[in-house]
Amino acid sequence: MDTPSTDRFSPAVPDTELTEPMTSAVQVRSLTKVYGPTRAVDGLDLDIETGEVFALLGPNGAGKTTTVEILEGFRTRDSGQVAVLGSDPADASSAWRDRIGIVLQSSGGLDLLTPREILHATARLYRRPRTVEEVLAAVGLEAKADSRIAGLSGGQRRRLDVALGIVGRPELLFLDEPTTGFDPQARRDFWTLIDSLSDEGTTIVLTTHYLDEAEHLADRVAVIIGGRIVALDTPAALGGRNSQEALVSWEEAGTRHTEKTAAPTAMVTTLHARLGGEIPGLTVTRPSLEDTYLGLVATHTAPEQLS
Amino acid sequence: MTRILSLGWDRTLLELKMYFREKESVFFSFLFPIMLLALFSTIFGPQFDSPEMTAAGVDAGRFFLPGMVSAGVLLTSFQTMALSVASERDDGTLKRLRSTPMPPVAYFLGKVGLVASTSLAQLALLLAIARFAYGVALPTTAAAWLTLAWVFALGVLGGTTLGIAYSSLGTARSIGAVVIGPLLVLQFISGVYLAFSDIPTWLQQIAAVFPLKWIAQGMRSVFLPDGFAAAEMAGAWEPGRTALVLAAWAVVGLVLCVRTFRWFKRGTT
Repeated sequence: MDTPSTDRFSPAVPDTELTEPMTSAVQVRSLTKVYGPTRAVDGLDLDIETGEVFALLGPNGAGKTTTVEILEGFRTRDSGQVAVLGSDPADASSAWRDRIGIVLQSSGGLDLLTPREILHATARLYRRPRTVEEVLAAVGLEAKADSRIAGLSGGQRRRLDVALGIVGRPELLFLDEPTTGFDPQARRDFWTLIDSLSDEGTTIVLTTHYLDEAEHLADRVAVIIGGRIVALDTPAALGGRNSQEALVSWEEAGTRHTEKTAAPTAMVTTLHARLGGEIPGLTVTRPSLEDTYLGLVATHTAPEQLS
Repeated sequence: MTRILSLGWDRTLLELKMYFREKESVFFSFLFPIMLLALFSTIFGPQFDSPEMTAAGVDAGRFFLPGMVSAGVLLTSFQTMALSVASERDDGTLKRLRSTPMPPVAYFLGKVGLVASTSLAQLALLLAIARFAYGVALPTTAAAWLTLAWVFALGVLGGTTLGIAYSSLGTARSIGAVVIGPLLVLQFISGVYLAFSDIPTWLQQIAAVFPLKWIAQGMRSVFLPDGFAAAEMAGAWEPGRTALVLAAWAVVGLVLCVRTFRWFKRGTT
């Protein structure tokens, strides 16, 4: 399997690069974090460009959350270099926090307040916040603005978490599994919100288990397995998806035929000529992002399970 | 600086909103001493009909008021802080605050603001009920009110810092038991619910290590006639030693607070 990330970075990027003016929102070199015998993050390299939507995929325990929490300044690292908006998150200053929005995996302790109250108080912590009304509208919580948070549904709670993450008008927004528990309509609405934040120039770093979400939102996707990035590309090209063989499937004489081919267009043309017109039940499919992802997971976790 | 104070004020308002919306905390920390004062005055009233007590002008209400004021200090500062900070650490409130540009000092100012306003309101309510419902004679000298002020202030300060430090000893699930059990024992041996002179000397000596005994003693010196000083361990009110012990605990609390405070749950960094 190709690992573009390692290919790109392995010719030893000089350390001095981290001190030069940066266009990357996030720069990570040889990041390592060890918990006892477990190398949760194992020499990870990563560049996230300013303004892009970047998705981190990976099975549970692969090092996604550890990596993101190191970027957020919540966890210490054992070695490696990290720059987020030009600063080391390990010495996070409040000026740095002012430019960053974080949507945590879960946040409690707000039950006794209303969305408007906590958003108002949170907005006051930032130098150039969005207005509370604007944020409530963006996440669709206007109707619940003055209800106790204890009475909100799971999806509404999550939207409030997102609202708290964006009220400070962050340049860089971290979203940790933002749509878990959303119904399909809420997820679509959320995607629209992320698209509009991205259009405004916000850099977005997203972890998710939903591959359709990554495919819809992300400019680039990285797959983390065993604390390393094993694939990094656009969703369309991840793991060589766009060059892999396609499946052509059709019906002929009452039975369904399926063939794998590197040249589906030629095959369809041939079929068209042979069947003399419309091909019954024709489908041409390439491996979905999910297929590709599961393939990557199987490839990279198998040796470990055997040993 | 102005920004920190203004954000601290914001936090105070938010803390007060949450405090008074949580019915259990209002009952068990804010109203509890007031309720106990009413209960004790009613139950033990007849025992204070003796000629000596009547001559000294001490009835049940006056006798128990210092203890209830002290219990109030302990509950609104130490208990409220230990319980709330532990659950805020566990439920991710602290982590969420840490993810914002909020200066950490603003969080603590909010806690101080909460404790200061609830404990002052509680003190005022206790004094008003003692005075108007039970006819307790309140101090008339400026010196007594001054003593009340500094014992109260030092007690609340120490209780707040020690409570925040103590919160690290438990998780949201265990902290209730970790706080309330030891506090109940401490209140009994410190002479809050009983006459301190009825407690065996060795238990008095244990109580004397902790601040509550000194808060209660300071409060007795404020509300009881001077003749009662003879019943104290040293046979005197000992204001100097009281101030020293309470100040020392406040400093210890502050140091523990600064050295042990964590924004994140154990095992998540």
